[in-house]
Amino acid sequence: MGAQLRVYKRRIKSVTATKKITKAMEMIAASRIIKAQRQVTASTPYATELTRAVTAVATGSNTKHPLTTEAASPTRAALLLVTSDRGLAGGYSSNVIKAAERLTERLRGEGKEVDVYIVGRKGVAYYGFRERKVVESWGGFTDNPTYADAKAVAAPLIASVQQDTAEGGVDELHIVFTEFESMLTQTPVANRLLPLRLEEDPSAEAVGKPEALPLFEFEPSAEGVLDALLPRYVESRIYNALLQAAASKHAATRRAMKAATDNAGELIKSLGRLANAARQAEITQEISEIVGGSSALADANAGSEK
Amino acid sequence: MADLHVELVAADRNVWSGEAHLVVARTSSGDIGIMAGHQPVLGVLESGPVTIRTSDGGTVVAAVHGGFLSFADNKLSLLAEVAELADEIDPQRAERALARAKSDDDSAAERRADVRMRAVAAK
Repeated sequence: MGAQLRVYKRRIKSVTATKKITKAMEMIAASRIIKAQRQVTASTPYATELTRAVTAVATGSNTKHPLTTEAASPTRAALLLVTSDRGLAGGYSSNVIKAAERLTERLRGEGKEVDVYIVGRKGVAYYGFRERKVVESWGGFTDNPTYADAKAVAAPLIASVQQDTAEGGVDELHIVFTEFESMLTQTPVANRLLPLRLEEDPSAEAVGKPEALPLFEFEPSAEGVLDALLPRYVESRIYNALLQAAASKHAATRRAMKAATDNAGELIKSLGRLANAARQAEITQEISEIVGGSSALADANAGSEK
Repeated sequence: MADLHVELVAADRNVWSGEAHLVVARTSSGDIGIMAGHQPVLGVLESGPVTIRTSDGGTVVAAVHGGFLSFADNKLSLLAEVAELADEIDPQRAERALARAKSDDDSAAERRADVRMRAVAAK
């Protein structure tokens, strides 16, 4: 076998192996999307009921609570960025990081300091490489987040919101994650969690607006309920964001791996053509060498006979 | 007897939903019993068993660890971070967890295990 042909054969073999891997990853991601989507659906009733309850307390009582009232001059904001632990998901992590950068820019423009909290090793690596300060980061659960993970993430955020701004607390809490719209569309979104902005909260609008909310009796008191309710609300929103981010990550992986598999297929096809051409060229060359050799021999013999 | 609609929802799943005529739960200011037509109420739940007397005469007991209840328009929502039906609880496991929590001096785990045991006992 000629050297050229051997090189092509080797490359085809290696691309075929890669294609098998990307195909497997595509299939794994596809099966995980379904699971992640189911989890998003399963967590929805809790989130809906909680939003409804928060709306009821915030609108139905005149209580002033640090978590619902906007500070007169907010000076510091916390930003929670949800990325993934692993790559191979196309532009998934870079898109959401870009969205976070835009929000940071905007908040800085409004004269606020930004404390960054990160979920997922990709975001940590991005900020680490640029030597930017990250208050706290988490990783290891982005593929399959549980409610306990959401609680762990929410705890320091809630603590810093409840702290006074002068002592290092924050006035606002923003979250940037990738919203899972459909199998094909996932968009990075930036939401403000706290202080509550009830009229712009889409779920509150859907649930709370059409019907007049009843006048609730609070047990033990409106403040007590709100105190207990808002941390849960933040946790549930973070949980929902983590789940959506996980579903989006799997969808992005699936798309990226599908593209990789298709590309590998194309590459194998064109390499196969090249290998065929090389083999044919080799055969042609051998034949012409034989023909040339035999005619040279015939010429020589013809000369000696005379 | 008039019935109310009950939704028992945990953070990650819908635990139980259906019609009932009485629900007893523990709020931070004491046990509260809710029947159809109760005035709208929003309360903070303590860890404890929640007893639901269903319309068909059965009883559903669940161990609830922290959360809320809200009642309005004859619909009661019990929101819990963690909720388990008594049928789902393995008494032996809960007992082991209780013993372990006692020896580790982990009061939170001890309370959780205790609530589970009480939910099983109330079944």
